[in-house]
This record gives sequence, structure tokens and C-alpha cells, in this order.
Amino acid sequence: MAGVEDEQGSKPAPDDIVAEAEAAPDLTAAAVEVIPPEIVAQSLGQYLKAWSVRVRGGDAGILPVVGALLAVTIVFQIMSPKGVFLSPGNLVNLFIQSCVFIVLAMAESFALLLGEIDLSIGYVAAIGGIVAALFVQSPGPSFGLSIGPFNGQVWPFNGQVWPWWAAIIAALLVCAAIGALHGFIITRLRVPAFIVTLAGYLAWFGVMILILGPSGGVNISSALLNDQHILFQLVWGNIDPVIGWIALAVMVGLLGGWMWFGDAGRRRSGLVAPPPGLTAAKIAFVAAAGIAVVAICNVNRGLQLPVEGVPWAVPIVLFVLAVWTVLLERTEFGRHMYAVGGNAEAARRAGINVSGIRTMAFVLCSFTAGIAGLLYSSQQGGMNTNINGGQLVLYAVAAAVIGGTSLFGGRGRAIHGVLGGLTIGAIYNGLYLLGFEVQWQLIATGLVLLAAVTIDALSRRGAGSVSAAHA
Amino acid sequence: MGVTTYAEGAAGGAPVPGSEALGTAAAGTEPLLKLRGIDKHFGAVQALYQVDLDLPAGQVTGLCGDNGAGKSVLTKCIAGIHQPDHGEMFWDGRPIHIRTPKDAASLGIETVYQDLALADNLDIVQNMFLGRERAHRFLLDEDSMERAAAETLASLHVTTVRSIRQPVATLSGGQRQAVAVAKAVMWNSKLVLLDEPTAALGVAQTKMVLDLVRRLRDHGLAVMVISHNLNDVFEVADRIAILHLGRMVAQDRLAVFDRQSVVDFMTTGGSSREVLASASGPRRD
Repeated sequence: MAGVEDEQGSKPAPDDIVAEAEAAPDLTAAAVEVIPPEIVAQSLGQYLKAWSVRVRGGDAGILPVVGALLAVTIVFQIMSPKGVFLSPGNLVNLFIQSCVFIVLAMAESFALLLGEIDLSIGYVAAIGGIVAALFVQSPGPSFGLSIGPFNGQVWPFNGQVWPWWAAIIAALLVCAAIGALHGFIITRLRVPAFIVTLAGYLAWFGVMILILGPSGGVNISSALLNDQHILFQLVWGNIDPVIGWIALAVMVGLLGGWMWFGDAGRRRSGLVAPPPGLTAAKIAFVAAAGIAVVAICNVNRGLQLPVEGVPWAVPIVLFVLAVWTVLLERTEFGRHMYAVGGNAEAARRAGINVSGIRTMAFVLCSFTAGIAGLLYSSQQGGMNTNINGGQLVLYAVAAAVIGGTSLFGGRGRAIHGVLGGLTIGAIYNGLYLLGFEVQWQLIATGLVLLAAVTIDALSRRGAGSVSAAHA
Repeated sequence: MGVTTYAEGAAGGAPVPGSEALGTAAAGTEPLLKLRGIDKHFGAVQALYQVDLDLPAGQVTGLCGDNGAGKSVLTKCIAGIHQPDHGEMFWDGRPIHIRTPKDAASLGIETVYQDLALADNLDIVQNMFLGRERAHRFLLDEDSMERAAAETLASLHVTTVRSIRQPVATLSGGQRQAVAVAKAVMWNSKLVLLDEPTAALGVAQTKMVLDLVRRLRDHGLAVMVISHNLNDVFEVADRIAILHLGRMVAQDRLAVFDRQSVVDFMTTGGSSREVLASASGPRRD
């Protein structure tokens, strides 16, 4: 590692030429060592070997979070009464508890990728949840809106309740507009994102209380009333077991075919591609994970009435994951996001509209937070002023960083938010099962966050930002 | 044809004529890029004063000058990052205005900056196509970008990288410079500006980069190498232009200079060396 540090740390002065020349072979050797393994390996065996070299070299990718998740699972499974932690009912419950963290972490990733932070997304999410919930309320005495134009009548469906999809679109647009406002202030007025979103944290909290009015909350019920039940079902609704299996088969087939033929095509053209064994292993892993999820969810977990099937939250989270993964890793916009996060000056000189990218990052951050808000209000059966948006945003940052997204920009993927959010959810769920109070949950989460950031800082110092966009 | 020096005129503070004389500097043909009377100031600091410069195709022009002479500012004016306050630019004889880096790129001017302007977290292909990605509808066309990048690197004989999918952070200084140069020439560029291409490089890596510069010239490109390393300049340049305190004090074929005269021009803005006199002597306006 010493060689790598030399290369990263000290740029020899021009008159240092002889010393530099002597060091050169060493530099090359060190550089070779940290190349992502999938790039040079020709077979599965070589891949595993190269991968272990990279992990020992300090760039572990998602390995720490997968390890942490496994460790948490094993510990809680052993310690929880009657091994209830891994029971199907608890696993589904764990996911439902985690889905807000997961989506918020994916939201925060957009800011973190640029080396920025968005502290406001907890309350922006709350605003999103409230807007959707309000628009499906029946007009009447219980109606929470107390300000100006909204008073008792909701434009443009005057006197009517909005359909669920219109309420969701409105909520997400409101959140995107909030993000655009943040982005505008950050990029055009050049106020640091930390300050702008801290102001947003306070201001949107206030706006939320203002909208909720004296009643202090808005409910969405599971009753088949208007379209409220659909918002309620976002988390609590279940997919029919048979449909779940069919959907899984279709998804694995499509994804597997796309991965297999994509990699095979690249190998044929002599382009950099993973060995066939690795592609097959990835597809097998996806299939196995999918089968496990559907099988677990299809076990009857009801206490009195039968409850079975994959919760809607699973496809919702997977959809967000898929869309943001494609956006970040397969589109020009995503490439520019990574470039701005890695070296904003290089991006600017390459003709990239850096301000535009940064603004869009905050728009997407708040937009995704809006999705998390919908899930939160579904989970809670509504939204009230008790929501702790400050804690939520810290969990979002923690989840993203635990998952492997760098706080320093340029490194991170949507899947990191999913893994990190699951880890935090598992810690919460497990400590709750063991009867620990909230103070222990906070301490445990804090320690895990600290460990994650330390790993991030160490790997950055050691190997540079090696896991790039495609890695 | 003589060395054109402006030491006298500049010292007197008078505007410097002499465009006609300079126009013949490139062996009688119109230079690819011609700058005339470029002024640039930042606040109270006059960074460039009435600068004339010719960059002919198929030749390497070495731009020399001490720290603060205005080399980087002049480069950035050509690259569209700064706009000159006054002055004219001609591209193949046509008057042009370069207002943005995009304008420069659309003309075929590419710049390799001193700080390399590569994103460490992206791989070689991603860096080479940065800002000009190829896409099918919304999705990036990685396959065609990877093929094109590989071809460009091969044509420049850059073969030391293990894989073009490795992140730039894992490359050595010389390899990074090679990627930056390859990035610049990938776009059918006609003029490549290299800002201190060998600073912070070892002997072997410097040689590799200088070979690369010669290859660009052999491909018929106009190349400008900004350097205060005279060894490098004398190794690759066909012509030398020397800035001193924002003024172009000398500009001519390599053969009319020797190291001492270049150092004199760089440090004092003038030279009394014999080699100059034998060429034709400083022109006095």
C-alpha cells in the first residue's frame, strides 16, 4: 500500500526526476494491484483471486455492508427469543420498517454523490406524505387544511376527492419543486448546500405544522373509502402469492437474459466483460434471492386471518432501485453526476453543465424523498407532527454510507442505499425484539455509522476512489 | 526571415505592429490559428499585452515563459475559458470568436490541462468520452465508446495500460497524461494545446509523452506545448514562442534559438546572443 500512497500523495517536483524514475516500476506494480478485478480476470477463479487482492488492498465495495448484515442477522437470530428474528412474519415486518430508510438513503445518495449533503429530506418526505394524504381526504370537518386557497376545497378537483395517482403525482411534484428551490439557491446564489438544506430542515418542518393545522395530523385509513386505501396499501398491501411467483419468473427471466446476452455480446466483440461463470453466478444469485423473498413472503404470517404474499413495498423499492440504477449507471446524466462528484473542474472543462447537474441532483433527492414520504405515511396510517425528520435524515445518510456510498463524492450506487437501509432496519428490529429500548438502538446505529464512515475514509486514503460507476 | 522580437516596442509601451511579418513565419503558408493583438486583464493586472501568436499545422510550437508570464492565460483564451479583452483570432484565415470551451471544441481545438482534468473515479473510456458520451436514445452506448477509445489509444501506441476499464485513479502519472492526450485527439481535433505535459513525470514517462506529442504532429495536427522545461521544448518543438510579463517577446523556428537565448528572453524579455544576430537580428519598430 505504501506504493499507492506515494502515487496518490506526492507529486514529485520536476527537478526530482531521477528519484521519480527509480520509483516508477513500483508505482506501476501498485497501480496494477488495485484494478477492479472484473476488468482483468478471464475466468471465475482469476476473478475471485483478483477480488480478494482488491479487498485486502482496502477497496471492499459492498463487502462490509453484506458482512455487517450477515453478522447482525446471525447475532439476532441466536439471541432473539425462539429464533423469531428470521421468522417469515418478522422478516416481512423488518422490510416494511426498513423501506423508508432504504428509499431515503437512495434519495440522499444523489446529494452524497456530488460530495454534498441534504439535511432537509426528512421533512421534505413528510411534506410529500402529507400532500398525498390530504388530496385523498373527504372534504369535511375533519379536513386538516387550514390555509388560504386550500380551505375546504381542493383545486382542481373542487369538492371532489383526488384519485390516488393524482395525489401521488402532486406529492412528488411538490417535493421535486422543493428540491429545485434548494438546488437553485445552492447553485445560483452559491450558498453551501449544508446551510440551504439546514434552513430547509427548519422551514419545511414549520410548513408541515402549518399545513396540518390545529388537528396536528392527517390520516389515511385502510377502509375502502375513496382512494385512501390505495395509499395505505403502498406498504401494507400484499400481492397474491401466485401472481408473486409469476412476476418473479418474468423479472428474473428478463434481467438474466439481459445480463447474459449483454456480457456474451461484449465478450464476442473483445470488450471488457466478466467471465461467463461470473455472469451465470450473478444471475443465479438474483434468482435465488428472488425465490427466497417470494417464498418467505408467501408464508401465511397472519395471527387470525391469513396474511400472505409479497408486500407492495417490495416491488416499489425494487422499481425505485432499478430506475435510479439505470439513470446513474447507464445514462449520460448519471455519467455526468459521477464526473461532477469526482472532479467538478474536469466536468466543467468537458463542457458539462455543472450547475444544472447539481440542481438536478437536489431535485432528484427531494423527489425520491417524496416517495419515502408516501411509504412513511402508509406505514404510519397517515402523517402527524410527531414525525422526526431530523432523525430520518441522519438515518438516510447513515444508511447510504453504511451501504458503501462515499461522503466525499463520486462513489456510490443506488443498491448501497438498499443494503444500508436494510442494515439499519435489521438493527432496529433486532434490538426491539430483544427488548432493548430506543437509547440502545440509537447507540448501536451510531456505532455502525461511525464504523462505516471510518471504512470509507480508510479506503479512500488507501486505494483512491477505485470502485467507479460501473464497478 | 528573422526572429521577431518585440522587446523594443513593448518596452516603449507602444502597440506592436508586425502582423504581416508574422504571417510568413510558418514557411509561407497560412497558420492554422493566428492571434493578433490579444489583450487580457484581470482587475488591475494586465495578464496579456498585445500578444501575437501563430500555430501552424503539422508543427509543434513551444510556448515558453517564466512563472506569471501569461502562458496559462493565453492558453485559456484559445481554449475559450477566458475571453480576450481585445484582439483578433483567425482560424485558417477566417476571423473567429471563441467564447466558450464548446466553441473551441467545435473548431477542433482541444486542451490538455496541467491538472489533467480527468475524473479519478471514472475509468479511461468514461473519461475520454466525458461530456460527449455516445448514447442510443437514453442509454449510453458503452460498446461503441469502448471500441473507439481502444482504437485511439492504439493509434497513439499507448499500450502500457492493463485495461481501458480501469479507473484513472489507478494509473501512473505518465499513463494519466497519455489518457488526457488521447482524450484530446479523439475528436478529429486540429489543434492540441498541452499545458505543462511533463511536469511531475519521471524520465521514462516524459519520453513516452514527448513521443506522443511527435506522433500528434506526424498526424498533421498543430500542437502547442506550454512548458518551462527547456529540455522538453528543445526536444519536440519546431517553433518557439516566448512570453515575458504578458508580452510576446520572441517567436520563430527552433533553429534560430539556443538554450541561453531562450533563457534570456524568458527572464529579461530580450537577448543579445550572437545566434540571434546571425539569424537576422531583432527587428526594431
